[in-house]
Amino acid sequence: MEPILAVKNLSMNFGGLRALDRLDLDVNQGEIVALIGPNGAGKTTFFNCITGIYTPTEGDILITPPRNSVQRINGLKPNTITELGMARTFQNIRLFPKMTVLENVMIGRHCRLSAGILGAVFQGKKVRKEEERAVTDSYAVLEKIGLAQFVNDLAMNLPYGAQRRLEIARALATEPFLLLLDEPAAGMNPQETQELNELIVRIRDTEKISILLIEHDMKLVMSLSDRIFVMDYGKKIAQGAPREIKSNPVVIKAYLGEEFHA
Amino acid sequence: MILSEEIKKSLLAAVWFMFLTFPIMVIRVNTVQNIVEWRWKNMLLVGIAGFFGSFLGRSFFRQKEKGEKKADPNTISVAALVQKITGNQRLSRLALAVIAGFVISFPFAFSLYQINIMISALIYVMLGLGLNIVVGLAGLLDLGYVAFYAVGAYAYALLNHHFGIGFWTALPIGAVIGAFFGILLGYPVLRLRGDYLAIVTMGFGEIIRLILENWNAFSRGPSGIAHIPRPALFGWEMSLEMSTKYIYFLMIGMVLFTIFVVNRLQHSRIGRAWIALREDEIACQAMGIDKAKTKLTAFALGATWAGMGGVIFAAKTTFINPASFTIWESVIILCIVVLGGMGSIVGVVSGALVLILLPEYLRAFSEYRMLVFGVILVVMMIFRPGGIIPDVRRTYQFRKEEH
Ligand SMILES: Nc1ncnc2c1ncn2[C@@H]1O[C@H](COP(=O)(O)OP(=O)(O)OP(=O)(O)O)[C@@H](O)[C@H]1O
Ligand SMILES: [Mg+2]
Repeated sequence: MEPILAVKNLSMNFGGLRALDRLDLDVNQGEIVALIGPNGAGKTTFFNCITGIYTPTEGDILITPPRNSVQRINGLKPNTITELGMARTFQNIRLFPKMTVLENVMIGRHCRLSAGILGAVFQGKKVRKEEERAVTDSYAVLEKIGLAQFVNDLAMNLPYGAQRRLEIARALATEPFLLLLDEPAAGMNPQETQELNELIVRIRDTEKISILLIEHDMKLVMSLSDRIFVMDYGKKIAQGAPREIKSNPVVIKAYLGEEFHA
Repeated sequence: MILSEEIKKSLLAAVWFMFLTFPIMVIRVNTVQNIVEWRWKNMLLVGIAGFFGSFLGRSFFRQKEKGEKKADPNTISVAALVQKITGNQRLSRLALAVIAGFVISFPFAFSLYQINIMISALIYVMLGLGLNIVVGLAGLLDLGYVAFYAVGAYAYALLNHHFGIGFWTALPIGAVIGAFFGILLGYPVLRLRGDYLAIVTMGFGEIIRLILENWNAFSRGPSGIAHIPRPALFGWEMSLEMSTKYIYFLMIGMVLFTIFVVNRLQHSRIGRAWIALREDEIACQAMGIDKAKTKLTAFALGATWAGMGGVIFAAKTTFINPASFTIWESVIILCIVVLGGMGSIVGVVSGALVLILLPEYLRAFSEYRMLVFGVILVVMMIFRPGGIIPDVRRTYQFRKEEH
């Protein structure tokens, strides 16, 4: 079977800085794949390239959405890529602070709804139905993620861990086939991290959504991932199952000076 | 203790002010007789004014700080009052009835002069509500809004002049041309935000005005276009008074229409996208919202109202020239939105009424209008940063019963 995401030979230059250097990476249907590497390795840049926020300098990004053929998505706009079925979260939380939790998730529904200007003004039966559906669907997502209790609170008033989970809920609302998580456990306490671990597995198992995540918490990475890709200075330095990565001397060397324990 | 401290500080401020204003307030060179006049009396006045101004300002700030520390339950805020009224059905019906009664009886109870003032205030209400879409909802600081107003006014004037097109046909045409120019401006500034956007839109506004001023063959330059017909009503010949009243009710209708549409837009898929765009552009795109499309709809829909406002303005004054469409108009409309309360419909309506009616009734101060505006803006931003009636957005609430 085709991988749902296949990145080939991807490079990204910022002026003289080569943030990504001929990177290859692939994700298969139903997998949880981790992308790790020291600070500044280029992980977030990689996410930005494959979600259309940056246009990569070189290389191919191919996706195969379920029941669809292979498609090259280099240079497409971020919203188009989200519509195609890749949704992401951000390393530094980017919620809509002055909107409620429910509204944040409803924004995620936006690209699956169709009401236009005239529809909004006349609010015919179809539009009203659609809006009602948007509310109930969004609420259903919140229930799944365990945020239902906050439904009418402003996003900015949420505790930190809940904000991180709200980002996941918002991304899920776009109905992705691949979920991209940028350091979802950053700033979480061990209990929250454990809950996150269970949540990610549940998303994969019950929603049939594949996951690619960037994470520094090695315990989480090792317990979650089917496969791991390791980058340093924009290059891929290793790839494989958690056990292989743990004992890989190249990886250990790249992390030298940082904690690398699992 | 505190009092003597305050007096000392206020004295210092007074001295400082006397020093600052010395060259303009005290010295006057009489060029005719070639002598220098020393107006010491002015200095004294400045000193006294500075002292009391500073003293009052200080005590004001102190009270405000106190108030912030323990929110005083006795002070009724306007927003709370509005919420109370709109929250209570009987109260809100009563308020609506009072407002409706006033609105309907207004043209019969007041003079023609008053009606005319009210009409221009209503035009500004419409402009404010339109700009509110761009600035308040989508968060795009547009300082060239008057350009669309001018476009609408000239569209009617020229179409009528050349093709004899009447008011009612020109109104939707003005709306469409306004929207078209909105997109025309929106397209090149898609990537700009904040101050940069403000500067470019300001430039756009000035360009339109300069074109109208200098392209004589097209717009007749600074001398403007006269004899623009007032709105017709089934071909009736109307007296000036009748037709003014007619425009008044037409404007009331337009304002209600605007409020209806803006309110619906605000609580729709598109309105949500505008607010999300204002909150975080990158997240907004990453969540599947087309940034370009959303921004362009905001610009286009905002400009639509300005275009229609322009048509009505031209029909009301029967004469237009570029002097009516200076940057100050944009600033006033922006003030209406900001002072009234960004994103809040009630706020923008009251902002427009206050800012347009007050100067008219305080004719004595009309020369200092801009000065007063400036002072009000600064004071408001300190004491009520949310505007007169801040946006209490009706959020999407989820209730279990909805299942
Ligand atoms: N827009 C940009 N312009 C210039 N340089 C950039 C830009 N974005 C990222 N970089 C550089 O690219 C390199 C990779 O950054 P990136 O944020 O992708 O690292 P990361 O692996 O996500 O690190 P971290 O673990 O700290 O999040 C860094 O040297 C960074 O300074
Ligand atoms: Mg990063």
